[in-house]
Amino acid sequence: MEKTENYLNDEVTVSSWLLTTDHKRIALLYLMSVTFFFLVGAFAALLMRLELLVPNGGLVQAETYNKLFTMHGVTMVFFFLIPSIPAVLGNFLIPMMVGAKDMAFPRLNLASWYVFMAGGLFGLASMILGGVDTGWTFYAPYSSVYSNTHVITMAVGIIIAGFSSIMTGLNFIVTIHRLRAPGLTWMRLPLFVWSLYATSIIFILGTPVLAMALVLIALERVFGFGVFDPALGGDPLLFQHLFWFYSHPAVYIMILPSMGVVSEIVPCFARKRIFGYAFVAASSLAIALIGFLVWGHHMFVSGQSLYAGMAFSLLSYMVAIPSAVKVFNWTATLHKGRIYLRTPMLYALGFIGLFTIGGLTGLVLAAMGLDAHVHDTYFIIAHFHYIMVGGALMGYLGGMHFWWPKITGKLYPEFWGRISAGLVFLGFNLTFFPQFLLGYLGMPRRYYHYPPEFQTLNVLSTAGASILGVGYLVPLLYLLWSLKWGADAGPNPWRATGLEWTTSSPPPKENYRVTPEVDEEPYAYDAETEAAL
Amino acid sequence: MSAEAADSPFTDPVQQREAARIGMWAFLGTEVMFFGALFLTYFYDRHLYPDGWVAASKHTDLLLGSLNTGLLLVSSLTMALAVEAAKARRPDAAAKRLLATMGMGAVFLVFKGLEYAEHIRDGLWPGESFHFEPASLSRPGELFYYLYFTMTGLHALHMLAGVVWLSALVIASRRGAARGFDTHVEVAGLYWHFIDVVWIFLFPMFYLVRGH
Repeated sequence: MEKTENYLNDEVTVSSWLLTTDHKRIALLYLMSVTFFFLVGAFAALLMRLELLVPNGGLVQAETYNKLFTMHGVTMVFFFLIPSIPAVLGNFLIPMMVGAKDMAFPRLNLASWYVFMAGGLFGLASMILGGVDTGWTFYAPYSSVYSNTHVITMAVGIIIAGFSSIMTGLNFIVTIHRLRAPGLTWMRLPLFVWSLYATSIIFILGTPVLAMALVLIALERVFGFGVFDPALGGDPLLFQHLFWFYSHPAVYIMILPSMGVVSEIVPCFARKRIFGYAFVAASSLAIALIGFLVWGHHMFVSGQSLYAGMAFSLLSYMVAIPSAVKVFNWTATLHKGRIYLRTPMLYALGFIGLFTIGGLTGLVLAAMGLDAHVHDTYFIIAHFHYIMVGGALMGYLGGMHFWWPKITGKLYPEFWGRISAGLVFLGFNLTFFPQFLLGYLGMPRRYYHYPPEFQTLNVLSTAGASILGVGYLVPLLYLLWSLKWGADAGPNPWRATGLEWTTSSPPPKENYRVTPEVDEEPYAYDAETEAAL
Repeated sequence: MSAEAADSPFTDPVQQREAARIGMWAFLGTEVMFFGALFLTYFYDRHLYPDGWVAASKHTDLLLGSLNTGLLLVSSLTMALAVEAAKARRPDAAAKRLLATMGMGAVFLVFKGLEYAEHIRDGLWPGESFHFEPASLSRPGELFYYLYFTMTGLHALHMLAGVVWLSALVIASRRGAARGFDTHVEVAGLYWHFIDVVWIFLFPMFYLVRGH
């Protein structure tokens, strides 16, 4: 078989990978790193679900359980979900989608990966040394005074990893502003680019606040003076404000890129122009903007003023508007489309359904009275897993399948792809829907034992988690398999629009041999061309 | 920066200059939020302890603080002039003005160090040995000085980075008005003005609240 020169076979030495400034190779470095962290986080989840199979489980001790849910949360949030789509798919696609040779600052891009790995090593070190038991939220003064675990090492890891997010966000913003190909106006940008632009704004404006909050925690632990411990004159509520000022928008860091992926997949497999392009684009920015103003809904029962609670409640309802705009527009795009249920589309449709459930239950939590009832119960766990796993992770997997032929030049087996999408959807719902019920019935989160009457639902949840686990392993296997045995994809296996599909797969090192020019709107699909595979 | 030529993602120098400018503005946005978390903490605690804040502020060194404010304001002027010179392709003049700017920055840091030494001698370093009159406001006083050292310390670190950056630019100016030199000076200027602005907020927050 004839091999054309591309970014993968251009140079093959180890140093050509570790010192690369090619955004596509950096994306693959990130892909390997975040996959590793996903497995670490999934392992912790597995142990937790096994412990919860019986009411008085003896698999792990109470303290170990606390460390497991911390490990799961920290790894999945900071070392997997936040970098997943931006640093892997975003890194690969943003320069290609805007028709550029690379990011605006290629060396900064490489540096961001090293910084991420340094942060990841601190995180791992903290887990190997014995773990952290504060939960991923690090609430003070427990984290700043009382916990006898490796809080500082973990905090340093998260701060460092945060700087890598900032570098990535900065690079995206400059690239999108300055490196667009001739004719590629803002209103012709793919919606994936819009959503990552909105994500980048959160990266650069939110992340530093979390970094500073964790610095203050570390100072309080090291020196014994600080602003959070009431015994020192501080106020623990201040930590919650600082923490959620970042960590609520961080949810949008996870979900916005997935929304971007879905906005690419749906028109392609409905063979239709996206409905309401401008609204979908603007809603990304609206989510990023309003998302900065809702953090107080995490603190309804923490003792913040009633009036602050009311304002935050109202603003939380408002963030549902741009989210709903997206869901309605995707649905309208499907209407009278010619729909092909290929693997990426299955994931995208799964996203729309699960995100809707996650979003609507978010409204339940934004209502102060209801929140008081379900606060810190499994209802919360179920809600945010519908957003982060049913939403963000489904989008990530859909995107990986959609662009896998572009990234590797190979096709994966479609049959197994559909099986995996089905398993993930089924397993996910079986895992997390019972948790809505558990939470509503009053089972609190973060306990390793529970009253026997909750067992049935917990068994269902654990059974679902096993299916979900298989659903994740299957793609891992066949995607690796396809690297060697997959059929050649050709430049555009889906007959998709978008600049990245006009170049060969895998793309050449410089992405485009001739700088592309754009003279039409995105998503110029017509129902006559089939979405072939 | 000739290494960029081969792999540069840019098609022309104008595009590159614009990218550097936007990159710096975005970075400063990050910096605003980084300091912003501490500003929020400051106002949160000042709201809790207004009397303690007034009492603690009286222990700051108003003379050195004012001198430092003056120094930074003038250094912003020389920095702006350096940017003008670099744009006018006068690298020697730019270098002189950069030297003046970083000189004032260095003196600022020396004064700041003298202040720190004075405070530590007076027992104002938070912790076991913290000593504060009146004793009834000792707890808020300690928080005040905790924030004082953290915020002015973080600011001083940024100043230090700025001084190092400017000295690198002075060395680069010897190669003449090489391509990109004016952009580098301009971007460094944005950073320098930013640190000055931070100080313009810190000065009244720590030195001048004594009267309120």
